[in-house]
Amino acid sequence: MHVLEQKHKLATRWFHWLNFPLLLLMIVSGMLIYWSYDPYRIGLGGITLFHFFPDWFYNATHVDHKLAWGMALHFLFGWIFALNGLAYVAYTLLSGEWRELLPERASFAEAVQVAKHDLGLRKMGLKIPLPPQTRYNAAQRITYSGIVLMGGFSLLTGLAIYKPVQLNWLTAALGGYEWARWEHFWLTMGYVAFFGIHIAQVIRAGWANFRSMVCGYEVSNVK
Amino acid sequence: MSNKPSLTPEQELARRSRRAFLVLGAGAATGIAGLQWLHSGTAAEGDIPPALRSVLGFNEGVMRKALFSPDHLAKTYPASAIGQIKVNGTFGIEDELEPAGWGLDVVPFGSAQATARLTMEDIRRLPRFEETFDFKCVEGWSTVTQFAGARLADFTARFAPGSEKAECVGMKTPDEEYYVSVDMPGALHPQTLLAWEMNGAPLNSKHGAPLRLVIPVKYGIKNIKRIGRIEYTNQRPDDYWAERGYDWYAGL
Repeated sequence: MHVLEQKHKLATRWFHWLNFPLLLLMIVSGMLIYWSYDPYRIGLGGITLFHFFPDWFYNATHVDHKLAWGMALHFLFGWIFALNGLAYVAYTLLSGEWRELLPERASFAEAVQVAKHDLGLRKMGLKIPLPPQTRYNAAQRITYSGIVLMGGFSLLTGLAIYKPVQLNWLTAALGGYEWARWEHFWLTMGYVAFFGIHIAQVIRAGWANFRSMVCGYEVSNVK
Repeated sequence: MSNKPSLTPEQELARRSRRAFLVLGAGAATGIAGLQWLHSGTAAEGDIPPALRSVLGFNEGVMRKALFSPDHLAKTYPASAIGQIKVNGTFGIEDELEPAGWGLDVVPFGSAQATARLTMEDIRRLPRFEETFDFKCVEGWSTVTQFAGARLADFTARFAPGSEKAECVGMKTPDEEYYVSVDMPGALHPQTLLAWEMNGAPLNSKHGAPLRLVIPVKYGIKNIKRIGRIEYTNQRPDDYWAERGYDWYAGL
């Protein structure tokens, strides 16, 4: 029999779909700021494998010479981004939904199986069955909890760069002004990586899954 | 009770889905309209639009009320941490300085014009303070640098007593090409100096000889070089980078 089943709560969907454009705006305005002083790279000593960012990237994105704009936008959307994130965390704690989100003891071992399965490395007909899946599988629990934690660190490292004298204790706790900026940058690169994987997974999971994140429901088969 | 014909789960899903996508679309349209509104409004050439300017003003209010304290000090460093600070701005100091012609005009609070023209000898009589801190540019870089000079608070008490009541301090280079203004709590912060020495040597011309502002609670853009005039007023004096889109407060 087919039944309509709620998959995502209304609050979760609102937090998610507000967060997406807000995070995007924070990344874009952050890029406008970063351009003025762009020292980060992947490399060792005199060898640079990749500089963040190469000229072709700046030429393609036109983020150059917009520092004042970037700061004004960043310090506007930063408020909304932080409030949405804090409200989400408060909601998750109060509603008890954290139980479905936080990794469990077995999650880390299971996540390896989920990842193998998703990458096609897990042979069909293997003796060990894939663990039973709740709303979020083990890999999702780890990733989604991690991304919330990263959001918290983005807020803290951001405040440490924003007011390094008034919040000098925070800046010091994060390793000082320059380290806080470095951390803030790499957290952002983490979101970009997450975004790529997330979109790939959403495409793989298909339309019904995507629709359930928008409308909250999906039709499932119950025997 | 309901005489509505009952929908199949598929029909119910389609109905909910239609509604949710419409809400999502309306939300996206509202967001885009909001962004366009932020960009709208007339701003002076090179400045950010008024809506964004008022957000900076809101942030300033929050920071001044909730965060700023004269007891919050910029971290200081040992002399061994001093780095090589670059020369990052020559506005207002492009012409050669004529030391003999230099003087600091002081316009106290409530006065329309300068009541004194001070020499370096006058200013050097104030107690000398030395500080080594991480000088921070609005661009994002920072360099540990040592400065020495007189506290602006001591200067004000000595040469413009009573001017502490003013809301702002404005400063200009002698040629008036560069100019800044700062809020009084920032100006009177114990680490705010009128400096004549940098990294153990007399301040050189490129770094603002004979006298520059060193204000660790602000970005470098406020640390005006070669000050020619200092004014205490309630009317927020012009500020070079605030006119070019930057936060007037620029507080750290």
